[in-house]
Amino acid sequence: MWTYLVRKMISTIPIILGVALIIFVLFNMIGGDPTYQMLGKHANPKLIAELRHEYGFDKPKYLQFVNYLKQIVTFDYGRSYATKQKISSMIFNGVEPTLSVAVPAFIITTLMAITMGLIVAYFRGTWIDRIVVIFCVIGMSVPSLAYILFGQYFLAYKVGLFPISGYESVLPNRIEFVLMPILIWFSVSLGYDVRFFRTAILEETNQDYVRTARAKGLSETKVLFKHILKNSMVPIVTNVVIEIPLLILGSFLLESFFGIPGLGSITIDAVHNSDFPVIKAMATIVSILYIFGNVATDIIYVFMDPRVSLK
Amino acid sequence: MNEFPKGRSLWEDGLYRLKKDKFAVFCFYIVVFYALIAVLAKIGLIASSWNQTIGEAYLPPSIMSFKFWLGTDIFGRSVFYKVIQGTRVAMSVGLVSALISIPIGVCLGAVAGYFGGWVDEIVVWFYTTVSSIPNIMLLIAITFVLGKGLASIYIALGVTSWIGLARVIRGEFIKHKSREYVLAAESLGASHFSKIFKHILPNVFHFVIINLSIQFMSAIKAEVILSFLGLGVQGQPSWGVMIDDAKLELARGVWWQLAGATAAMFFVVLALNIFGDSLRDALDPKIK
Repeated sequence: MWTYLVRKMISTIPIILGVALIIFVLFNMIGGDPTYQMLGKHANPKLIAELRHEYGFDKPKYLQFVNYLKQIVTFDYGRSYATKQKISSMIFNGVEPTLSVAVPAFIITTLMAITMGLIVAYFRGTWIDRIVVIFCVIGMSVPSLAYILFGQYFLAYKVGLFPISGYESVLPNRIEFVLMPILIWFSVSLGYDVRFFRTAILEETNQDYVRTARAKGLSETKVLFKHILKNSMVPIVTNVVIEIPLLILGSFLLESFFGIPGLGSITIDAVHNSDFPVIKAMATIVSILYIFGNVATDIIYVFMDPRVSLK
Repeated sequence: MNEFPKGRSLWEDGLYRLKKDKFAVFCFYIVVFYALIAVLAKIGLIASSWNQTIGEAYLPPSIMSFKFWLGTDIFGRSVFYKVIQGTRVAMSVGLVSALISIPIGVCLGAVAGYFGGWVDEIVVWFYTTVSSIPNIMLLIAITFVLGKGLASIYIALGVTSWIGLARVIRGEFIKHKSREYVLAAESLGASHFSKIFKHILPNVFHFVIINLSIQFMSAIKAEVILSFLGLGVQGQPSWGVMIDDAKLELARGVWWQLAGATAAMFFVVLALNIFGDSLRDALDPKIK
């Protein structure tokens, strides 16, 4: 098991290097020199030279790349162009607000979707199944922006059920600010999830062991909840675990609409301010988290599915 | 002689099954309708005067004429015309990004699956790497680096959305390369190029078609989000820009710009969703 773990960790190195290379090529080579953008109309050759030196753009490309790798390892991404804050502390401060929306929303949505997926799988082929699937497809087709605008305008502004936007760092007061984003997150992703889980569960129903279980006279409920659910847990858990690192992204749009000072807001502000290093740092960090999420999925696979060998 | 019952090819069979699904055919016509509108708008036959002031600002929807059907925006321009122009943008984004990503996905997937070995390892490494960067971050980074505008959106969506297709095509090529018809072609002296593109590719091409409908849909959705973030279309109406405008208009009770853009997007995405599902069922022989 340990050798497997170590091997898995080593296998991430070329991928992390690849991600670093892509991001570096994008930002430091294709993107050209951001100093012109930063200085705007105040630019003069002396200022540009100073700034280029400050950010290390005057160094050869390979040294810049080494420097960037150093940033990844030390988690020190320098300072934001726009706010002059340290990027690492900006990101640390953004994690909690993001997670206080993302984690409850993710848990509620996943549990609800699995339950509905099971119910629908139980009633497969009947009108209940058809109606739920139709609603899922309709829900998936509504643009997520429409959910946000409708919620903010109608439920918060007109009806006054929720605050329009804002955030409170004290915990009990925070709840009322995160409720609305959680609700919208739930509405946006429920359709996708129910449909995915339904397919995952239904794919198992055609397996031989299900026929065997039926043949030996088990009730449909027992076949579904005991045999099918257990086996369909493999794709379900994979799907769930792989999404966990992405939670840190939260929902960009939700955060910026509801004034939640999380990582999504930081990224969107950075886009609006042309804040190169912040976008670069966010892209790097989230990608690395995602890669480790993949490793975690592989490891969970080993525990859940005895057919997967450690070789 | 040769009195065999005439069989159906994969394509005929798929078409036959697709035609039986009346609702899917209807959804296909909806997509065709959108495409038609986009073409008509492109050649300037309809809604070419979207940029003209036709009345006061923020006139509510009325049925007195087509122009006023969805009211007017802040400059007194017809929202209905803007929705049509937005259709043009959305359709072109779907089409162009697919034209960029499909050749990439097919070639990389085919080469990796066919040759195997170190070629395969490099391609797999490459697409694992690209797919490790969350799509939205990559889209933002590319459009940010390339600068605002429609061209950046085409490129960003094109170079990010080939991965799923490459994976599928690679898997199919691994399956097909040792089949008898390929070996037969080889013994007749077919080159690698001819085996890949003339013999195997036609047999796996239906995965490209299935992928196309999914990709079209995600491209339309991504365009809206990017334009909304200010990274997309500049100086011409798009659904994303319209929804972005609506953010400030809603507080004044102006809902028609949001409703128009949302509804236009909703129906085409819904149609693509349903049609894409039926297409997969019809063309993928495994799920019979």
